[in-house]
Amino acid sequence: MAAPNKSRGRSSSQSKPGRALALILVALVALTGGMFLSGHTTPRLGIDLAGGTSITLKAQNEPGQKNAVNKTNMDTAVDIINRRVNGLGVSEAEVQTQGNDHIVVNIPRGTNEKQAREQVGTTAQLYFRPVLQVAAGTPAADPSASPSPSASSSPSGKTSPSPKSSAGAGGSTASPGAGSSASAGSGDASPQGRAVPQALKADATPSANAKSDKDADAKASPSPDASAAPDDKTTALFGSLDCSNKAQRVKATTGVKPTASMVACGNEGGQWAKYLLGPAEVEGKNVSKADAVLDTQRNQWIVQMKFNGEGKKKFSSITGKLAQQQSPMNQFAIVLDGDVVSAPSVSERLGGSAEISGSFSQESAKDLANVLSYGALPLTFHEETVTTVTAALGGEQLHAGLIAGAVGLALVIIYLVAYYRGLALIAIASLVVSGILTYTIMTLLGPGIGFALNLPAVCGAIVAIGITADSFIVFFERVRDEVREGRTLRPAVERGWPRARRTILVSDFVSFLAAAVLFVVTVGKVQGFAFTLGLTTLLDVVTVFLFTKPLLTLLARRKFFSQGHPWSGFDPKRLGAKPPLRRTRTPRVHADHPKEA
Amino acid sequence: MSRLGTLGARLVRGEIGYDFIGKRKIWYGISILITITAIVGLSVRGLHMGIEFEGGAVFTTPKTSVSAAAAEQSAEDASGHDAIVQELGNGGMRVQISGIDTGKSDEIRDKLAQDLDVKAEDINADLVGPSWGEQVANKAWTGLGIFMVLVVIYLAIAFEWRMAVAALVALIHDITITVGVYALVGFEVTPGTVIGLLTILGYSLYDTVVVFDSLKEQSKGITKQTRHTYAEVANLSINGTLVRSINTTVVALLPVAGLLFIGGGFLGAGMLNDISLSLFVGLAAGAYSSIFIATPLVSDLKSREPQMKALTKRVLAKRAAAERGEGPGDGPRDGDGPQGATAAAGPVVAPARGRDGRDGRTTGKRR
Repeated sequence: MAAPNKSRGRSSSQSKPGRALALILVALVALTGGMFLSGHTTPRLGIDLAGGTSITLKAQNEPGQKNAVNKTNMDTAVDIINRRVNGLGVSEAEVQTQGNDHIVVNIPRGTNEKQAREQVGTTAQLYFRPVLQVAAGTPAADPSASPSPSASSSPSGKTSPSPKSSAGAGGSTASPGAGSSASAGSGDASPQGRAVPQALKADATPSANAKSDKDADAKASPSPDASAAPDDKTTALFGSLDCSNKAQRVKATTGVKPTASMVACGNEGGQWAKYLLGPAEVEGKNVSKADAVLDTQRNQWIVQMKFNGEGKKKFSSITGKLAQQQSPMNQFAIVLDGDVVSAPSVSERLGGSAEISGSFSQESAKDLANVLSYGALPLTFHEETVTTVTAALGGEQLHAGLIAGAVGLALVIIYLVAYYRGLALIAIASLVVSGILTYTIMTLLGPGIGFALNLPAVCGAIVAIGITADSFIVFFERVRDEVREGRTLRPAVERGWPRARRTILVSDFVSFLAAAVLFVVTVGKVQGFAFTLGLTTLLDVVTVFLFTKPLLTLLARRKFFSQGHPWSGFDPKRLGAKPPLRRTRTPRVHADHPKEA
Repeated sequence: MSRLGTLGARLVRGEIGYDFIGKRKIWYGISILITITAIVGLSVRGLHMGIEFEGGAVFTTPKTSVSAAAAEQSAEDASGHDAIVQELGNGGMRVQISGIDTGKSDEIRDKLAQDLDVKAEDINADLVGPSWGEQVANKAWTGLGIFMVLVVIYLAIAFEWRMAVAALVALIHDITITVGVYALVGFEVTPGTVIGLLTILGYSLYDTVVVFDSLKEQSKGITKQTRHTYAEVANLSINGTLVRSINTTVVALLPVAGLLFIGGGFLGAGMLNDISLSLFVGLAAGAYSSIFIATPLVSDLKSREPQMKALTKRVLAKRAAAERGEGPGDGPRDGDGPQGATAAAGPVVAPARGRDGRDGRTTGKRR
């Protein structure tokens, strides 16, 4: 709260205008210097001025999960989306939360916007499902099949367009002992000639919850549950699905319940494979942690995962069942958003932690680990707005904004000069100071807090010219009132200031309050507007206190102003001041007609 | 300008003045009329909601040789929905299609690009889900509510509750008028409009605060004198700050006007225009309400206080006595008391005034 009743004490700027001016000058120099030192001499431009795509997502509570939208989940989601978007090879994509339930993704231009949107807008759902059948994904494998959002990186190390990856084909290992290597079980790769690349085995590192159950689980049923048997429709789909056709892929996997069996596709180094999968046994949220680590003994990258309480039980029971199956029924598909990311085979019952090995590169191991740790967004999002701005339009908008600003400023200056004559110089100088402060601070806030100047922010800055100039008017009018009372200029300035100061503080506080409320309740572009409005209001107070007032105090000592030169804006005659002789009464005749000003 | 300066001085000294308070019934009447018109317009015509409030897409294309009609046909074929096409100043087009979801937009964009013979990546797309506009509006209402509560509390502390109430009434008045103008003229309401509307909040109160501040100062120790009633002092405050109000309003409007005409001229339409249009309307309403609504309201509220009633009685009694020639003549006057403020009954022609011993300075300027 701004205290409306400021102390009536003389502020230091009253008696020592030089000090205040020196202070603001130092601040100006420091900010400008800092700006040049930081190497950023222009404010960061937002998407709508620089071009690019901006996506606003809104989180929704799933039915039955009332409190899913909370800060933790939102932060996790931001993290995941960030990884996904930056997995596109986009640099400088920004993902940030806004308000309680919004995420704004800004993708600079030069990125495939379609791909980015697919990455961002989808809600990843990660499930572990038992594999029932595997088949070639396409009648004739077409390596130039349409790129899919889940195209996987081949282990050759080129950037994958998505964080989903699976290792290239290689022998699978499946054995309980640490460091033991390939054993039988993968020799008969899937009949389609596609080697199943990975194997799942107990985590070799001894840890409290890493217990591979050596005794074959008697309870483990030798075949998947009857309930898991896919219905005819699914089986038919498995036969007809062409994995290289994106529309078919999406259609096949959309809306499948985790409890039902499904058909899904996986892409291995450009080769599609399709899987008939049983119901989900373990969910992504059951994975507590996943890391890519280099197994120094075998000199290969592996992915280690740990499950949380509920996940341990489920995982242990499902791996127990799977371990007794024949290939490909001993495989376990990690399904992310309906795409099979990886399908390691299981050779033993596993407990709370496991490792996936195969011919991973560091990159692909990391990607898989990320998918496992973060693959499942904890929330469902839907796209609220998507704005794509070309560089040309961005430049045009910036141009228009700057011209509008220049015209607005020119109009204000013309008006001030016409009305305040010499005084307008002080107002213009103050506007310049305020402008430099605003510009340098905005520029420094770019690298500082990631502030980006967008079109509404430019608009806010232009509108703020008015607010800033209003403060000068309130002050000048106050001083002129004192001059009209018959005072000379110097005492008029000193007497007028405390009253003007109060008015300026109260009205600027109200403006700031409006900006602050606007900033807090809004999302997206509007925040930029509110931010500049609030910033300029604050800087307005700083300028009036440290620059305008001391400058006027100094200039009031100059003849030009103190003698009331006709062009000074303080000409007592023009102001209709009364003669300074204050004890004689001049009979006054009142205007006898109401006058409208 | 010099005439203006002198005028300012005479206004401040109360030598001349327009009787704002005395004619308050007229202003209230005008405002009520405008408000009713606004509400009727709102209920009959409703607001022309922009695409953001129903969901859809706005495509902005670069320069193209295809006619607007052909572009519209193409957009409608591609989307299966109605399309509105505007030609922009730069030879491009602005194609609005409502009711499509964000998923279909890529296809439509590609089709448009093909038909208009431009590159798909050169087309700007602005896709909005159907709930977006509603959300912006909801947030705006929330913001409005929060702001009103906070500002009333603040003004009640900084001034007094009556002024806070009057400021609130003026604020609601400004917003109603702005929304009404939008309904009657049929301007499109976009999130930009909503932003502008929320910004008015701070601005509309600026002038009001300036007048209130002066009023607070002028009415200090008002009960210790018998020269003026509260209404007259309030009127003097309005007149004294009139020049200030006009100046601050004009100066605030100039950059907004620059945005409105220049920004709009360059870009045809868009955020700049939407924000500045609602600001422009709201600022004008705000200037009006600070002079004609807020201060007269305060005066009305204050004059109901028992002590103010008593003061009014005393002042009128004294004037009646002076009229009958019983009072002593005018004594010498100090320069800075409000003088000759026109009474509520209209302009007073130099009434001979009695001078009570305590000197009728009503200002707190001498500290």
